[in-house]
Amino acid sequence: MKPAVIALTDVGVRYGGVDVLDVPALEVFEGEILAVIGPNGSGKSTLLRVVGLLERPTRGAVRFHGTPVDARRSLAERRRMATVFQQPLLADMTVAENVTLGLRFRGDAIDEARVGRWLERLNIAPLRDQRARTLSGGQAQRVALARALVLEPAVLLLDEPFSGLDAPSRAELLPDVGAILRQDRVTTILVTHDRGEAQALADRAAVLMGGRIRQLDHTARVFHAPATEEVARFVGVETIVTGRVIAREAGVTVVEVAGRKLELAAAARVGEHVRVGVRPEDVTLMLPTEVAPLSSARNYLTGTIVQLIPSTPAIRVVVDVGFPLVATVTARSVADLGLAEGTPVTAAFKASAAHLIGLGRTVSG
Amino acid sequence: MDLVVEGVRQALVLLFGGDGEVWSILLLSLQVSASATLISLLIGIPAGAALALARFPARGLVVSAVNTGMGLPPVVVGLFVTLLLWRSGPLGAYEILYTPAAIVVAQAVIASPIVTGITLAAVGQVPREFRLQLLALGASRPQMVWMVLREARLPMLAAVMAGFGGIISEIGASMMVGGNIKGQTRTLTTAMVLETGKGNFDVAIALSLLLLVLIFLVNWALTTIQQRRVL
Repeated sequence: MKPAVIALTDVGVRYGGVDVLDVPALEVFEGEILAVIGPNGSGKSTLLRVVGLLERPTRGAVRFHGTPVDARRSLAERRRMATVFQQPLLADMTVAENVTLGLRFRGDAIDEARVGRWLERLNIAPLRDQRARTLSGGQAQRVALARALVLEPAVLLLDEPFSGLDAPSRAELLPDVGAILRQDRVTTILVTHDRGEAQALADRAAVLMGGRIRQLDHTARVFHAPATEEVARFVGVETIVTGRVIAREAGVTVVEVAGRKLELAAAARVGEHVRVGVRPEDVTLMLPTEVAPLSSARNYLTGTIVQLIPSTPAIRVVVDVGFPLVATVTARSVADLGLAEGTPVTAAFKASAAHLIGLGRTVSG
Repeated sequence: MDLVVEGVRQALVLLFGGDGEVWSILLLSLQVSASATLISLLIGIPAGAALALARFPARGLVVSAVNTGMGLPPVVVGLFVTLLLWRSGPLGAYEILYTPAAIVVAQAVIASPIVTGITLAAVGQVPREFRLQLLALGASRPQMVWMVLREARLPMLAAVMAGFGGIISEIGASMMVGGNIKGQTRTLTTAMVLETGKGNFDVAIALSLLLLVLIFLVNWALTTIQQRRVL
């Protein structure tokens, strides 16, 4: 494994007697993008400030390339990092002056070619001499990103950098940033409450809740094999039910839940009680009269719609199949199928879409 | 009404008829108040910035004291500066009472809390996140403070205007510590009091016109800077 650029050991932050952060260990490796996800107020930004040497933890040690560092003394190490916040927080000067701000703090000679290159990469070269206060939100955040990236930091810290943007700006910026980070292999910590951003950008994801890391694993594993029910709910698993493993055959685990048999791809011992989670977007609904389309779905459950919950971008439909199963369906499909409360439907999902939630399993790293 | 019209006519004669005294009074007032404003900026900007950025136990008390100081009555300042500079007083050895320097000291005392208070408010308006962002881009603490002051530079022009405006038109302290000595410590305001008392309304009107034009010009210049955002 590559060496850790950042290592936290037994780090805790307390505000007024309340623990807001408690991280026994966390390492960030060279070239990786680590997403720190969690609900609002879970300590994500505090963690980022501690790593960025902007705040001293109440206890514990922060190491940068193996050397212990301190927020008050380690200016040189702080200058090897750069943070972009939710708000662009540009200074009242031109775009170019903003972008060179960090270089000037360091007393570096301004390499115009390098500045120009970063303005190009973030598609803001034509804005070069414009005053920062005249920019749109999306443009301003591009300037903020260029201002951090031009420093070519050893660690880039992103604190909800896309959250303040309108949807179209966000949709444009996200892939641009992703491309830059992958191409340059910038070691990055991305703090976000948005699961989609983590899935789109991160190699690994840490789920932070109540100041503690509940799961830290490859992003796909966090989303597909959540360690706890809490994590599962946060990563978008809406249906969580308890069942008992009754058979294990041909790589398929059969779990009995409320009298229904569910087939799972994940392995478990016969007789074991397990928690099974299903994401609503993995569930397809059809009318019972419909012929099941050719698909790899192994689970077909008949039931009745008990609730339609409008949300974005799709409508969430709760189906009683012996237990409440949540599916997301487009508004178009709801209209086409004539779905309403009381409508009998068949819900289908693949064996690989039913996840085992690691009851009491240890957090893997 | 005649009195006013005649006064204005006489004033214009005084101003543009080759009488040097009115102009020398103007020059002295300008020098004294500009020096005092400069000193108050040197004291008030660092003090205001420090108060805005630092957190210490008695901060609330100090901030309240500064805000009280913004409304210091000039006569009270005049009294205490007189006591300090009095021949037998703590600073009597410098022998500056009844000199322009004494007026500068008194006016600097009046203007410093005004500049401090407005700087405190201006710097306080710069979001805390902006300071954090500067540090996150590698600013040292002095660099961070400098950038925050730079960011607050437009509201801080109000500090200059309020400081200068407060002391150029002040009279109590100038009278007490300067003594209104002809040709030495006579300022626009002390001269106006004297001339009005003597019934020389033409001279008083000339002086008051000068004072108003002066205050207008200074504020106009600063407002132009603020609105065109040339800084």
